Amino acid sequence: MAVFVLIVVLLALSVVGYYMGRSRSVAVVDGQPSRLHSLPSYHGLYVALWCGLPAFVIVVAWLIFEPVIAQSMLMNNLPPKAETMGDDQLSLLVTDIKNLAQGNIVSGEVDPALQAAADSYAGVRDIGRIAMIVVGLAIAILGLVFGRKLIHGDLRARNQVERVLNIVMIIASTIAILTTIGIVLSLLFEALRFFARVPLTEFLFGLEWSPQTALRAEQVGSTGAFGAIPLFAGTLLITVIAMAVAAPIGLFSAIYMSEYAGPKVRSFAKPMLEILAGVPTVVYGFFAALTVAPFFRNAGESIGLSVSSESALAAGAVMGIMIIPFVSSLSDDVMNAVPQTLRDGAYALGATKSETIKQVIFPAALPGIVGGLLLAISRAIGETMIVVMAAGLAANLTANPLQAVTTVTVQIVTLLVGDQEFDSAKTLAAFALGLVLFIVTLSLNVVALNVVRKYREKYD
Amino acid sequence: MTEAVADAAPAIRRPDLSEARLSRRYAAERRFRLWGQLAILAAVAMLGLLVFSIAVKAIPAFTQSYIALDIVFDGDKIDPAGTRERNTLRRADYDGLIKDALKAQFPDVSDRRERRALYGMISSGGGLQLADMVLEDNTVIGSSQRVWLTASDDIDSFIKGLIPRDVPEDERRVKDIEIGWVDTLEASGAVETRFNTPFFTSGDSREPELAGIWGAAVGSFFTLLVTLLISFPIGVLSAAYLEEFAPKNKLTDLIEVNINNLAAVPSIVFGLLGLAVFLNFFGLPRSAPLVGGMVLALMTLPTIIIASRAALKAVPPSIREAALGMGASKVQVLTHHVLPLAMPGILTGTIIGMAQALGETAPLLMIGMVAFIVDIPGGITDPATVLPVQIYIWADSPERAFVAKTSAAILVLLAFLVLMNALAVVMRKRFERRW
Repeated sequence: MAVFVLIVVLLALSVVGYYMGRSRSVAVVDGQPSRLHSLPSYHGLYVALWCGLPAFVIVVAWLIFEPVIAQSMLMNNLPPKAETMGDDQLSLLVTDIKNLAQGNIVSGEVDPALQAAADSYAGVRDIGRIAMIVVGLAIAILGLVFGRKLIHGDLRARNQVERVLNIVMIIASTIAILTTIGIVLSLLFEALRFFARVPLTEFLFGLEWSPQTALRAEQVGSTGAFGAIPLFAGTLLITVIAMAVAAPIGLFSAIYMSEYAGPKVRSFAKPMLEILAGVPTVVYGFFAALTVAPFFRNAGESIGLSVSSESALAAGAVMGIMIIPFVSSLSDDVMNAVPQTLRDGAYALGATKSETIKQVIFPAALPGIVGGLLLAISRAIGETMIVVMAAGLAANLTANPLQAVTTVTVQIVTLLVGDQEFDSAKTLAAFALGLVLFIVTLSLNVVALNVVRKYREKYD
Repeated sequence: MTEAVADAAPAIRRPDLSEARLSRRYAAERRFRLWGQLAILAAVAMLGLLVFSIAVKAIPAFTQSYIALDIVFDGDKIDPAGTRERNTLRRADYDGLIKDALKAQFPDVSDRRERRALYGMISSGGGLQLADMVLEDNTVIGSSQRVWLTASDDIDSFIKGLIPRDVPEDERRVKDIEIGWVDTLEASGAVETRFNTPFFTSGDSREPELAGIWGAAVGSFFTLLVTLLISFPIGVLSAAYLEEFAPKNKLTDLIEVNINNLAAVPSIVFGLLGLAVFLNFFGLPRSAPLVGGMVLALMTLPTIIIASRAALKAVPPSIREAALGMGASKVQVLTHHVLPLAMPGILTGTIIGMAQALGETAPLLMIGMVAFIVDIPGGITDPATVLPVQIYIWADSPERAFVAKTSAAILVLLAFLVLMNALAVVMRKRFERRW
């Protein structure tokens, strides 16, 4: 809350700076703005930037680094018993101290040493917070005064302000790159820590997945097996089912919409497909788990098949429904991009509409359609909520769509939701799975985007 | 020329022009067309089925049954010392009062198991309701009042007619004896079904009859606020830079490719990023809308950038040239002319991005927004959950009555999404300019 108030105060100070700078600039040239290099409002912005920007940068840096510094001070100041502790106990102790400092409930006994550490930690945090406010405000006011001093008739305030804006824009556009780097690094780091415990070959080629590591070594199944092949197979199975639903329906609706449908049908069907695309995946998951899965199970029972209530079929079919609009809108685009001259040529030779589509338009649009299908596959692989709610948890290695299978995304969610110690192979496995997921979807996207782009160039 | 043709000696293919072949071709044409119609029909039917099945399931959640009991606010039981202190009043055994009232209403129930069933007719939130009454006005102590109390989920389902009477007793969740009680109460006008306002005004609960979506709605609001505050300025600034200023070089190419790829990264990977970077590295609070908003902002950023770039590109160059000709600087051209003209398109893209963020669940599971939170969040650092995650939590709950609640929450979420998308369509129609 203090931070929020501080930022509001900084903003208010900047607004004050704007008006001060504006009136100052007019005053400097004796009330004749035409003698200024830049308009008065740019002088106002100039002062506002001097006031707000350095202070804001300092506050953000403080918010990022203050907890880290406080943490390291805490680590140097631990109660003496901590020196004999293992990593797990140490992190528990640190959490306890932090909780104590915030006045929360702690897990163990509160002894004086712990209390002292907590008090000093709370003290450090308090001092840090107060110092941040003081430093931030001081820098803002200094900037205000300094910026106002700098104003004179020949000041190139507009150029300066525009330069700052330019830099801010460049920083904003690098956020996308930073995000990618952040994703790669965070996945890679945690995955490497995982591969230090479980060899890469076992992870990629192992046939058994049971990530539950037991508390006691002698428990049954306590070893934990991290062979991801069943997960990959399950993901593949569900993706294949999804594409078997989505590809024909999506393609045929795209063909109908782009080649046959009149404006009336189009104006009805297009928004319908867009709605289908806008339904949140959690809703599809609920639909799959409560409507589609029981339907398949009952239908299977009535013809004497045993269908699991978490069958791959249900999850895959509903995922297919979700992907239909994706396939159809992409194929619609590429088929509309096929030049009219090709159609006219085919019609002139006496081909019917369907013959034109099958023998001329479809082959011409094929690369684009393949690209679209690849994008749809990558969507299906990365889809999470439908499978979390409708597919199972048991890692069966099977190609039978009536049985329960589990997928990469399901396992990531189950491994990371709930309480977690951040050092066990179990949690780290989720990051290794995430890395695989990221690499696969990324390469599918790169290939698909390239195919689509090449194809577009051909007809441009 | 003629020689070459003669050399090749082409077998002249005479097209089969018979009526039969023509009608075969026309039949193929009709079949193909039919396939297309069927595909669209199938897609629309599935959408219809989805919405219909959820809407039907949701109906019971919009009403709630209440049972009236004559509660005796016995001063000796609530506040034996007579101090009327708030703490004493808050801690008093109000459930006991409800039990007494039920016992007084049905004096002939003596079997222990039957007693428990009798007490179970009233929701466990009844005690809190009485406590609130007393805390609000402690003059009720010592009086006897007729209070409408929330019925528990099974009884509620029965009153609404969702549990048929003609099923054998052991396959029914409401036993014969309970049906008898409900009938007695109904005959004396002590049962009422009203519109379920608490569903829209209260937070989550383990009891289906008490659970509401307001906490999740507020959490969604805070999360989206953070998302908007981060992704809108960054998105617009980077779109403006890439479209108007960026030199054509390797770096800008890289940024472009990056944004396109980022748009297709599975959302759950953003959740992993949030968990590893925001929670573990920067130590930000778990389950907080702040972190959720940051993760969703990174996720929606590509959508906003791509939409904003399209909107900026649609502004004709003549506008820029005219402004430059009048002596405006490039930044002035952008801020005074191009950006205002592109704003409707940018806002449309932003609304669509926000709608996506509103429906997103998976990355928020990763950063702990899946916790059970009863309180309504009061700020962006309070633990909170959001609507889609609330749906996920309820869908996972074993109580049957949560199915209706989940469906109703889905309808609310869909209503918000339709509203946002309608707003985007209206904005596009209203402000779109053709040049």
